[in-house]
Amino acid sequence: MNQLTQYYADTLRAAARGGGKVVPRGGGSKDFYGRATVGEILSLADYRGIINYDPTELVLTARAGTPLAEIEALLAEQNQCLAFEPPHFGSGATLGGAVAAGLSGPRRMQTGPLRDFVLGTKIMDGRGDILKFGGEVMKNVAGFDVSRLLAGSLGSFSLILEVSVKVLPRPPYEATLRMAVPEAEALARLNSWGGQPLPLAASAWYDGQLTLRLAGAHAAVDAACSKLGGSRLEADAASAFWNSVREQQDAFFGGGEALWRLAVPTTAAPLSVPGRQFIEWGGGLRWWKSDAPASVIRSAAQAVGGNATLFRGGDRRDERFTPLPLAQLRLHQGLKKAFDPNNVFDASRLYAELA
Amino acid sequence: MNDATSVDSAPGIKEPDFSGIDRAALFAELARVLPADCLLIEHEDIKPYECDGLSAYRELPLAVALPREEAQVAAVLKICRKLGVPVVARGAGTGLSAGALPHKFGVILSLARFNRILKVDPAARLAVVQPGVRNLAISEAAAPFGLYYAPDPSSQIACTIGGNVAENSGGVHCLKYGLTVHNLIALRILTIDGELLELGSRAPDTPGFELLALFTGSEGLLGVVTEVTVKLTPKPQLAQCVLAAFDDVVKAGDAVAKIIAAGIIPAGLEMMDQPATAAVEQFVRAGYPLDAKAILLVEADGTPEEVAEEIAAVRKVLDGAGATEIRVSRDENERLKFWAGRKAAFPAAGRISPDYYCMDGTIPRRRLGEMLEAITQMEHKYGLRCINVFHAGDGNLHPLILFDANKPGELERTEEFGAEILELSVRLGGTITGEHGVGFEKINSMCVQFASPELTMFHRVKQAFDPAGLLNPGKAVPTLHRCAEFGRMHVHHGQLPHPDLPRF
Repeated sequence: MNQLTQYYADTLRAAARGGGKVVPRGGGSKDFYGRATVGEILSLADYRGIINYDPTELVLTARAGTPLAEIEALLAEQNQCLAFEPPHFGSGATLGGAVAAGLSGPRRMQTGPLRDFVLGTKIMDGRGDILKFGGEVMKNVAGFDVSRLLAGSLGSFSLILEVSVKVLPRPPYEATLRMAVPEAEALARLNSWGGQPLPLAASAWYDGQLTLRLAGAHAAVDAACSKLGGSRLEADAASAFWNSVREQQDAFFGGGEALWRLAVPTTAAPLSVPGRQFIEWGGGLRWWKSDAPASVIRSAAQAVGGNATLFRGGDRRDERFTPLPLAQLRLHQGLKKAFDPNNVFDASRLYAELA
Repeated sequence: MNDATSVDSAPGIKEPDFSGIDRAALFAELARVLPADCLLIEHEDIKPYECDGLSAYRELPLAVALPREEAQVAAVLKICRKLGVPVVARGAGTGLSAGALPHKFGVILSLARFNRILKVDPAARLAVVQPGVRNLAISEAAAPFGLYYAPDPSSQIACTIGGNVAENSGGVHCLKYGLTVHNLIALRILTIDGELLELGSRAPDTPGFELLALFTGSEGLLGVVTEVTVKLTPKPQLAQCVLAAFDDVVKAGDAVAKIIAAGIIPAGLEMMDQPATAAVEQFVRAGYPLDAKAILLVEADGTPEEVAEEIAAVRKVLDGAGATEIRVSRDENERLKFWAGRKAAFPAAGRISPDYYCMDGTIPRRRLGEMLEAITQMEHKYGLRCINVFHAGDGNLHPLILFDANKPGELERTEEFGAEILELSVRLGGTITGEHGVGFEKINSMCVQFASPELTMFHRVKQAFDPAGLLNPGKAVPTLHRCAEFGRMHVHHGQLPHPDLPRF
């Protein structure tokens, strides 16, 4: 592994001398995400392996290139899981890539997003120096929380070498309910249920059908099922459905239009955007398949206090994420410079103005 | 105090010298933007601000600003930026790490008057509050809607949410409900330039870097919070507590691991050692078994069905782990009685000893036995007693070192005892602070936790927010110069002829 880190450092320093750019890459399963990259791919696929896993400490530490599938299989042996259900989007998905992309799956509203689970990291900054932040304990307020800053940073200012994540027991019991409800009514119900002590662990609304996942103590799930109504899906069908949502294999995600990801307050009224819509996260995540201009979709999201990301399709040279206000952008540039003074990491994948 | 001129010059090598500040100009400018009742400069007025909850460290500031409006906060910051004056933001001053200790040449910026709850939105399950609102006041305002704010630091009746953000405060329910960082939705902050920024948003994802997480726990070094949007959680219908006694602390520690291994995440999971149990029992008579070497408190919450299922599972694990006695709270009164002892640990320490010093290291749970054994040895080494309470679920240990500040040398020995516990926490794979923050208190221990490259990076991150280094200087992140001094002292430690000499 030391040879690999030496190679990474050499590559970064060479890029600094030659004015080139470096694009860190795990399994490449999320190559589609963000703007088109510029620069030399630096693969972390070989920088892999689980370094430490103690189920009773609820922590796992692995090198960035470790496949998510390998980690999840190991956790499953101990009846544990990555509770934020990171989407893989391909067989090669890695832990480092998941953190760099910062994406969470269907259970996000119940358990919190990926960044909540990042406890520690080992990184290489743009100077080629190896730095360690955070650690393997749940509660740690020594120093700034650089580890969580890396979540969703898309390799724009550092190379993630190792990550320690908090893991959780798998819920002892699950059930999935489906009911026919129009959009506005579904949103109202989801927000109302969200304020009650119910074991809601995922929601999906599409085409007048609301699907709910409940997870927790057996008795609590059964009690919630009788309270919420609808028809119960068979376990296999339920598991296949939630996997198709997490991995975007559901029929909704097919078709030629661009896929937009709108993160909005859960209480936002139904959005009026041309196209088809799929709602997750209790109303907080609204996917649109639409060929409407970016300005139309962005303003629909911003009007309700949210933001819109062009997730798949469209022109990779355009802005994909909602542009930052000027003061925010300056701060991003300042932080980028702190970690990467020679600007060797390609930040244009996140924002053209950050490059 | 010049801003960094070259792209990659390393900041944070030496502490800047602020002694040349023009006080007259500072007072005149502050008086221009603040009404008379919002600015304190007389000795008797600023005296109450000389320390926070850790009163061992005291310093008088040049002035205390108590603004009422956000625009006044921005104006104070702009003045300090212009004149190069340090700014120390302060909430209720309940912190335990001297994070709000005044700077000798600086201004205390008190947010105490920002005490309004601006909105409780039950449908969206959030509250928008000003930074000076007390932690518990948020839960009280949310209670009519069946909601509450989950993080519950022990000072929750007094501490402010702004202070909680600065420290990333925890509490006894963190394992299940998270720390402050997990329960924040958005922050409105002012930079040292007086510029407003929104971090996070009501949408579940915000574009760009995770600045909300970076800012949380930054101890007033990056900006000043002027508004906080917090997540509200549905109040569990029921909570029930199990009290288990053990004849050995290691067995109690193993029982904690077995609970987690059984797939249970209790709402609370606390441990107390025998001296701690004895101390609180004299004080509150919680009915704790005094012959036990350690007791565990395990709380389950949720629907009645969930609680029944979890309590049964916990009981089974505790039985198998060799508990000598297991009691399950039969009603709310009994549950509160079980907790009364744990919650009285600090005041009980204050009752059995003139002074006590609370440490805050976190360690991997499996190392608990080693840690407690080492603490016992340190008690002999330093000639001081220590009682131990432990957020066992998340490995956060609060040893309370008992001492008498009136006895010459005891405070210094206590500090050395504490520093040795923190060094061991780091060696065991943990951290010097789980929830109280570094502040001024643990600034030297940061040199043990982090090497120079990491410390330099922290200074660089600070520089991106605060190029002139005016926000809470001398706290949280030590300069490399300071660490070098500290390291040199450590090498010679033990050979010093006068162990009670002041350190700096």
